[in-house]
Amino acid sequence: MSEQFEPVIIGFTCNWCSYRAADMAGTARIKYPPNIRLVRLMCSGRLDPTFVLKALSEGADGVLITGCHPGECHYLEQNYKALRRYRLLLKTIAQMGIEPERVKLVWASAAEGVQLARAITTFVEEIRALGPLRWPLRLAEMDIKETAAVEEVVA
Amino acid sequence: MSDNGKPKFAMYWAASCGGCEIAVLNINEKILDVDANFEVVFWPVAMDAKYKDVEAMPDKSILLTLFNGGIRNEENEHLAILLRQKSQILVAFGSCATEGCIPGLANFSNTDQIYEAVYEGVSTDNPNHIRPQYNYEVPEGTLHIPAFYPALRTLDQVVDVDYYMPGCPPESHQIAAVIDLVLKVLNGEAELPPKGAVIGAGNSTVCDECGRKRHVKSITKFVRIHEVDEIDPELCLLEQGILCNGPATRSGCGARCPGVGAACIGCYGPAEGVIDYGARLMTAVASVIDSNDPDEIDAILEGIPDPAGSFYRFSMPHSLLRMAKPAWSNGNR
Repeated sequence: MSEQFEPVIIGFTCNWCSYRAADMAGTARIKYPPNIRLVRLMCSGRLDPTFVLKALSEGADGVLITGCHPGECHYLEQNYKALRRYRLLLKTIAQMGIEPERVKLVWASAAEGVQLARAITTFVEEIRALGPLRWPLRLAEMDIKETAAVEEVVA
Repeated sequence: MSDNGKPKFAMYWAASCGGCEIAVLNINEKILDVDANFEVVFWPVAMDAKYKDVEAMPDKSILLTLFNGGIRNEENEHLAILLRQKSQILVAFGSCATEGCIPGLANFSNTDQIYEAVYEGVSTDNPNHIRPQYNYEVPEGTLHIPAFYPALRTLDQVVDVDYYMPGCPPESHQIAAVIDLVLKVLNGEAELPPKGAVIGAGNSTVCDECGRKRHVKSITKFVRIHEVDEIDPELCLLEQGILCNGPATRSGCGARCPGVGAACIGCYGPAEGVIDYGARLMTAVASVIDSNDPDEIDAILEGIPDPAGSFYRFSMPHSLLRMAKPAWSNGNR
């Protein structure tokens, strides 16, 4: 490939911390790569692993989950639930042959615009190094293979 | 086959074990109602019929087809397309047809790995490494056996499906209820549910039907059932640290497994509105771990040695990812 691979990354942010950190990065004109598409949730505890799997299955190369620092959750302790689900999700996707590094959890308070921008930059480079995932493309190729298998046999 | 004016019924098995057919026979004397009200035109496990007989039928001439099994090979696909064409109502019957079920676990492996397991396994003596040939020349002509596909697909990933009936196998009383409903519809006493509906099951979860006592869950250790000295007969199994799939699984079975001390393994598939069964179960199970420390959480999760297999035991081909990455990398068949 002559062109540099530009990863597609979905980022889930918490309304009370990381979303505001991203907002702050914006107002402070701190740069971070445009590869990430941020989705605001009310809390990292709202993050259902379904969201991560849907992102990966529909073309994302990586997913960044962000939430309030431990002990600072707006809803007391939902970020711990996010943490537990994240650890279990990593084990599960590893069994499916997806590098666990493609899904990352970082904590960022509303004041940490710089830190969040840095975390996003790092993550984009990590995913770039891992290469594309291209799940929907692969599934489509599988369907073509199945059709080809039939045609080959019929011919 | 004489045309006696009765509506026509068919049942077919694709990639499945045959348990669904047994479940149908387990409706006992209700099977006589099926015979009294339907003309069984095609049911390979119960009567002799040829595929060419089905091919010769007019389109939409079969009123009701119960299709069980996933689409694993060319023959399964051919019959799925054919029966869709010939049937007015096509029901994905049982877990294999709706979600992939146990045969769908092969979507964690590629064709070479599956062949290795099947044709070179420890119980197989195959010194010449013989593998199936889909076309084979003999003096009489070319022999053809159905090609094996790289991954298993569910019925609705291949053809349009009218209704889904979950379960491995569907409970016989649920089958009987569905047959009663169809008979009522035939007599004009009831209406069919909307297309795409799940029939023969509840709209809640297995936990809702389970008689065990529940409290606030807080798990410090997951154990497998054989590692427990004595199972509390009344307490929720998940609260005892036994991985139970009840929270994400559709009701309809009467919570029979947890009722006798065996954890729910999720054969009735996702509860109403759930997109990815395994993800919902991950949400439920991980939430109740009693730790806020990443290392300790990992240590507790060690008690679930095979999360993907436990959470997607019945639903891998119908999950968002559909298959594991190794299944992509198929060698030449």
